[in-house]
Amino acid sequence: MRSHNHTGGWSPYVAGALAGMLAIVSVYATTSIMGKTAYLGASTSFVRAAGFLEQALLPASGSAEEYFSKTRITVDWQFMLVLGICLGAFLASVTDRSFKFEAVPPVWSRRYGTSVIKRGLAAFAGGIVAMFGARLAGGCPSGHGLSGIMQLSVSGFAALAMFFVSGCLVARYVYRSR
Amino acid sequence: MNTEQLLGLATGSVFGFLLQKGRVLRFEKQLGAMLLQDMTIIKFMLSAILVGMVGIYLMADAGIIVLSHKSMNVGAVIIGGVLFGSGWAIMGYCPGTSLGALGEGRLHAVFAVAGMIAGAALYAHAYPFLKTTVLAWNDLGELALPELLGVSPWSVIAPFWIIVLVVFLGFEKKGV
Repeated sequence: MRSHNHTGGWSPYVAGALAGMLAIVSVYATTSIMGKTAYLGASTSFVRAAGFLEQALLPASGSAEEYFSKTRITVDWQFMLVLGICLGAFLASVTDRSFKFEAVPPVWSRRYGTSVIKRGLAAFAGGIVAMFGARLAGGCPSGHGLSGIMQLSVSGFAALAMFFVSGCLVARYVYRSR
Repeated sequence: MNTEQLLGLATGSVFGFLLQKGRVLRFEKQLGAMLLQDMTIIKFMLSAILVGMVGIYLMADAGIIVLSHKSMNVGAVIIGGVLFGSGWAIMGYCPGTSLGALGEGRLHAVFAVAGMIAGAALYAHAYPFLKTTVLAWNDLGELALPELLGVSPWSVIAPFWIIVLVVFLGFEKKGV
């Protein structure tokens, strides 16, 4: 197993194992510092972001109120964790000069051209479908995949299998080369 | 910022740092896995799981932490899982990696983030309906695999390690 890969980063085995250690430390730290065990996850924070926006834009959000109050719309541990991912990735990419402004991913432009609008619309639509699915399933690859499987949750195994199988099928259709 | 928020920010920063160093955040890596051409993200995830599960079960056995299983709601996990996978393939990011990709300069991830916020709002509006339909169909509850099989967690963790290590050897042999 190589310690460096061709993109100049760390071996995914090493970086992944370190992320596993982070998960252990994090579960311990949240339990002892916050008094409740919190597991790594991301998708609930998008509900909170949506809740903030709705409360700011349309104060009476009607049918959404039940889910928003169930989720508790606050800037909590996980919300800051998701923002931290952005910060940490920025710092990591600056230190090894892999930071790069990119308007359209090359894999996309090879198949669909360099239009930012086209890519933006597809990513936006994909985002809607994915997040609706993640909330219905109860989590994303972090919450269900990483944290769920680490705990040997049946739902974690089932959700990750569904994510990956349907992702593979749709990706083959959307990105197969002509 | 309170302690809880600071802890979240610190944890997230380390997580984002590792995701970026493992080159997991990139659109081409996410798609590479789904097209079965580049297993970087799978290697990262499974390595994290192998290490994490041992520590988490040691701490759970010692009574230091509590496990928190997500509910195995059959219809919700299947339908939600299919929807998530489809959207994931099109946008090329998952919720956690989208913000990380933005951090390493992939500006197009902002459309994915906006779409996911819209998707979350849509779900919140659909929740009263889903609660009486899909979510009410068949909920097996907070189920763990060792419970389901009637064995100790370590009898699941040991074979899981062996299977994953064999999968890793397969990846390296095929050069994916």
